[in-house]
Amino acid sequence: MKKFWAWGALIFGLLYFILPLVGMTNFSLKMRRGVYSLDAYAVVLGDPRFQETFTYSILMALATIVFGVLLVVPTAYWVRLKLPGLRPYIEFVTLLPLVIPAIVIVFGYIRLYNTSSWLPLTGTTTGTNILLMFGYATLALPYMYRSVDTGLRSIDIATLTEAAQSLGAGWTTILAKIILPNVLVAVLSGAFLTFAIVIGEFTMAALLNRPAFGPYMQLLGANRAYEPAALAVMSFALTWGCLGLIQLVSRFQKGAQSPA
Amino acid sequence: MSSDSSAARPPAREPFRLPLHWLGAAPFAIFVLLFLIMPTMRIVIGAFQTPEGSFTLENIRGLFTTSILSAYWISIKISIASALLGCLIGFAVAAAAVLGGLPKWIRGPLLTFSGVASNFAGVPLAFAFLATLGPVGLLTVFLKTQVGIDLRALGFNILSFWGLTVTYLFFQIPLMILIITPALDGLKREWREAAQILGATNAQYWRMVAFPILLPSFLGTLALLFANAFGAVATAIALTGSSLNIVPILLFAQIRGDVLGNPHLGYALAFGMIVVTGIANTIYIWLRARSERWLK
Repeated sequence: MKKFWAWGALIFGLLYFILPLVGMTNFSLKMRRGVYSLDAYAVVLGDPRFQETFTYSILMALATIVFGVLLVVPTAYWVRLKLPGLRPYIEFVTLLPLVIPAIVIVFGYIRLYNTSSWLPLTGTTTGTNILLMFGYATLALPYMYRSVDTGLRSIDIATLTEAAQSLGAGWTTILAKIILPNVLVAVLSGAFLTFAIVIGEFTMAALLNRPAFGPYMQLLGANRAYEPAALAVMSFALTWGCLGLIQLVSRFQKGAQSPA
Repeated sequence: MSSDSSAARPPAREPFRLPLHWLGAAPFAIFVLLFLIMPTMRIVIGAFQTPEGSFTLENIRGLFTTSILSAYWISIKISIASALLGCLIGFAVAAAAVLGGLPKWIRGPLLTFSGVASNFAGVPLAFAFLATLGPVGLLTVFLKTQVGIDLRALGFNILSFWGLTVTYLFFQIPLMILIITPALDGLKREWREAAQILGATNAQYWRMVAFPILLPSFLGTLALLFANAFGAVATAIALTGSSLNIVPILLFAQIRGDVLGNPHLGYALAFGMIVVTGIANTIYIWLRARSERWLK
């Protein structure tokens, strides 16, 4: 009897998740009347706007990841090594982007960094791109920081630092050659999650008027029927790919550690 | 803990380096200040300012008009409905996988899938539900032609309260599964055995042992899911355009084109969002601290 209910709950849950995925896949294949075809995908992939916005979002994601790693790894390392008393406060701050909705943060950006302010970032294209990247870095901060901090916990950074220093290494060498390789898996997990977040992000890009993938999808959704479903399938595959890679790298780490 | 040992013996003993220690945290502090704290403070302060810059409560009072209040009300209703249903269904699925005697191999894929699904929000999610439950969606058409149930005739519309709630559940249920599974794992077998030895029935065990232990996790996750739904912008806009009057959509339109006709009312609207998600998250953090006492 218990098993019956358990299977029932599980099957209900699975149906809830599988039906929309089946629905969107099915819809994306029906552009040509009466037969299944890949026309919707061909139209989307051939659209120059798709290529532009998708490239833009990929570049933004990569920039965000580089910036996030450069910001988070040294900070998390330094705080663990020298300022352990600061950790609870930093942890609290890194969780704030989960509390304050993204739309509020970007609203603040628009008011704070407009053309008549002390730092007119929104005045130029480059400035707006940088501002958007900072916004993405803020959104990704909770995931990136937590991931790196957990990674640092599993290695003895004090001993590693001393050993490197006694061999004459400077801070840059220690961070780049000792710490980063040791927390690479954690950094990669954070990076893939950042990628998944940035690639489809809508609110910030739309309100800062940047030609990103999220606003393009929304625009297409308002005007077309079959292409949005094709985009949804591709997005889902992309999210799945990113999170699958996280699983893969963390399994790789477990495999690498077990013989030691 | 390595942090303890590092605090006990600092690696470089150079006395005049001491003030420089704090400089290591400076880039992070400056970034957070400029791109998280100050923008948020700007909104909070703006909510209490007149266009000329003097203090006023007029903007907050301005929120108490019929259209803005109803936007908050619909937003809160959708968030409560999707959080409550998400918690209940997520709990049922997690309990089935952990306690229901299902094969062990189900857990791994279930948690992985939940990780993906809880991140599959935003614009594509709206497309997926439009293609499934929209006017010509897969399920709508199937139910109409094969089963004879006309969803539209029953009053269901994807661009409505229930449509949005059903869509949000797609990321709410997996989030619940991800959070509640460790809590269910934390229910020790000894507790059930101890209860049985003392003569408790299964129902008594659940009511007097398991339920009180799980309650903080359950309520905490409820608060988290509430905040999660309340702040969701992209899914709502992609799904309904601007046809549904909820707070994130109203704020989006206000930032784009000052639809309320008063920029500072926009600040107040955003401030209200911070207050609601802030309260929900405080409840979550407080209850999580309580529930972690049992999960060691």
